[in-house]
Amino acid sequence: MRNLAVEHRRWKKPPAIKRAWLRWTLIVGAAVYLSLALGTTHVNWARVWEGLPRGIQFITAFLPPDFTSRWTEIVEGIAETLWMTVAATVVGIALSVPVGIGAARNIAPLPVYYFCRSILAVSRSFQEIILAIFFVKLFGFGPFAGFVTLSFATIGFYGKLLAEDIEDMDVSQAEAVRATGAGWLQWLNYGVQPQVMPRMIGLGLYRLDINFRESAVVGIVGGGGIGATLNTSFDRYEFDSAAAIILIIIAIVMAVEYSSGYLRRWVQ
Amino acid sequence: MLRIKGLTKRYRTGDLALKSIDIDVPDGQVMALIGPSGAGKSTVIRCINRLVEPTAGTITLNDTEIVGLSSGNLRRMRRRMGMIFQEYALVERLSVMENVLSGRLGYVGFWQSWARKFPQSDIDEAFRLLARVGLDHMADKRADELSGGQRQRVGICRALIQNPELLLVDEPTASLDPKTSRQIMRLIKELCGERKLAAIINIHDVMLAQMFAERIVGLKLGEIVYDGPPDKLTPAVLTQIYGEEDWASTIRKADDDAEPVDDIAPVMPSIERDRLAGLT
Repeated sequence: MRNLAVEHRRWKKPPAIKRAWLRWTLIVGAAVYLSLALGTTHVNWARVWEGLPRGIQFITAFLPPDFTSRWTEIVEGIAETLWMTVAATVVGIALSVPVGIGAARNIAPLPVYYFCRSILAVSRSFQEIILAIFFVKLFGFGPFAGFVTLSFATIGFYGKLLAEDIEDMDVSQAEAVRATGAGWLQWLNYGVQPQVMPRMIGLGLYRLDINFRESAVVGIVGGGGIGATLNTSFDRYEFDSAAAIILIIIAIVMAVEYSSGYLRRWVQ
Repeated sequence: MLRIKGLTKRYRTGDLALKSIDIDVPDGQVMALIGPSGAGKSTVIRCINRLVEPTAGTITLNDTEIVGLSSGNLRRMRRRMGMIFQEYALVERLSVMENVLSGRLGYVGFWQSWARKFPQSDIDEAFRLLARVGLDHMADKRADELSGGQRQRVGICRALIQNPELLLVDEPTASLDPKTSRQIMRLIKELCGERKLAAIINIHDVMLAQMFAERIVGLKLGEIVYDGPPDKLTPAVLTQIYGEEDWASTIRKADDDAEPVDDIAPVMPSIERDRLAGLT
């Protein structure tokens, strides 16, 4: 009884990095680096002050948004972008299914696995803009370059997530289907596909959403679509038309995002 | 009928799971394989349908050698062996009917199975089996909506629709409550009796093994230490299989419980069937 009352064992949450010298070196190092980095960024406050009214002027140039004078170009751009988005998503997913299956370590033989993983690695290591610049050089300006860019990017995204989902599947369910004497394709269809399908439908819709947003960006570097229209209007200093385009993009992104979110909830 | 000779399995980790096992299972015999975890029970039955590759030994089912079959022949061989799994191993997002019909995959082509266009005879048989286990009204439910006992009944249907020559049963009651465990074991035994089907049942529960099997094989560290009828399973034998423990009560209890045969009658009134299905 007396012992219980007297003995207070002290407890403190153990630090994430156990070695004290390493912990303090990292903390001090980070602080020094941050202050040096801020020191080398020269901000000329006088120029910032001067620039403010010009910024306001720039922003007011966007108002009011002008939907009418470039309406036909806008409609064409939107149609192109939507075509690019849907086609790239469908083709990209169709191509990524075999790649993704091949990149799942638990079902693919080692050479196939390495081959498919390297396709995914190449596809994922380049940002869409860089791919778009490359494909625009390859195929010339226009929506086809954008379509190829987005398809290729979709393979990396969708294939990797599919492979990971297959690797996480419940082995016993697949094993039970194998034990019935099913062929390999039947085994995929009955033992694997049902396990990954709901998530893959959700990710497909999510990718559609991403592809729409990316297609606007890809257009700016020559990939066609609404991005190209937007870029042209900036180049011509038609900021009011640009504002109209931006508003339309925002509206479509919100519509796509809302509907894909709704569909994904419905699927799951 | 099934003849296992010198079956040895060494896993890649170096563990010797089975040390030259010999078992003969005659036609229509329900055999229980008991033993502590890690004794190699699962490995034995997984070697028989080659979900696990044996390291050495031969396994013949009705004069067909199983070890060394090419992949096409192995698939045809697997059609002849139904397997019932621990934790049911139903494909959870497929319907009950699809799960049962997946037992016919070895007999139909890919496109046929992909379109879910199974021959009418398979569908008839599936409904007949589901009715037999009291689940025919649940055919279009998703497998993950079912209770444990119901899922295992679907698992039994999936194995039986293969029209197998041998039933491999891996811990069928591991995640079921005691009452459901007995119902499932009784069902397996009755179905084996109806079809003159031989079965190898891996089971932890010594009492259930004694109640429902004609023959018991005790496995310990990859070796057979007992092979005989259930009533010769003495405390001394159990000590040999599992180690020192008070076994007297386990054995006596099994005798007391062996009697009641009330649960699954061959022709079930509808209330009985609903109860089986877990509705009441």
